[in-house]
Amino acid sequence: MQDALFYIFAASTLICALMVIGNPFSRNPVTSAMFLVLTIASLAGLFVLLHAFFLAAVQVLVYAGAVMVLFLFVIMLLDLKAEERRKVKKFGIAAGLVCVGAILGILLASISRTQFDVQENPLLEGGTVPLGSLLFKHYLLPFEIVSLLLLVAMVGVVLLSKKDLK
Amino acid sequence: MHITLQQYLIVSALLFAVGLLGVIARRNLLVIYMCIELMLNAANLALVAFSRFTNNLDGQVFVFFVITVAAAEVSVGLALIVALYRKRQTAHVEDLTMMKN
Repeated sequence: MQDALFYIFAASTLICALMVIGNPFSRNPVTSAMFLVLTIASLAGLFVLLHAFFLAAVQVLVYAGAVMVLFLFVIMLLDLKAEERRKVKKFGIAAGLVCVGAILGILLASISRTQFDVQENPLLEGGTVPLGSLLFKHYLLPFEIVSLLLLVAMVGVVLLSKKDLK
Repeated sequence: MHITLQQYLIVSALLFAVGLLGVIARRNLLVIYMCIELMLNAANLALVAFSRFTNNLDGQVFVFFVITVAAAEVSVGLALIVALYRKRQTAHVEDLTMMKN
């Protein structure tokens, strides 16, 4: 059962990711954004299969919720009709395929040749309680610094979106 | 047959490759941004898989921080794109050549 679910979620993740970058039917960024939502939802399914329940919830809330709403708002603000009329550059795609194929070959070769020192029956549970206690005991300082980072990002965004940007 | 760490890592590598291909081949700034998100998510998947199969929760904490930083990064990046669009009326990387020459 779990194996079948892994293959279903992995296939839907990869197919939806391919649809984000090259949908054969539409080059509208809104379609890309919608397929990105599907990709992120399938990834949340993979996280659940890995027993990372808290991260699966955060993935859906933050990525599929907040980040994608932000993307759709910006797509709405910009007029992207011109995108659909542009021609696809064959050279760019060929060069990209060569680069990506090389990197993918290196990654897959190193994954298949490495002997991982792993447990046969992992017992780890990524629920809220163990993750929260680790976050607030051992990783308290990084956690506080991240709050500062979010504040800086917010101030930066407010400054950048002002009308008379110098 | 049980799902092993290798299979999760292969999915993660494929997802990363798809994201990289999008960054190289697409010309729309917003789609390039989405592909960067795909690459970040591929890294997250690898981290969670390692965390599960080595019985170490630190990887999941790291993914939590990555998600937070990615949210901040997306908001700043999209604000930059909007500011750029106001000035140049385009979100297409081939039109943004003001630093050339």
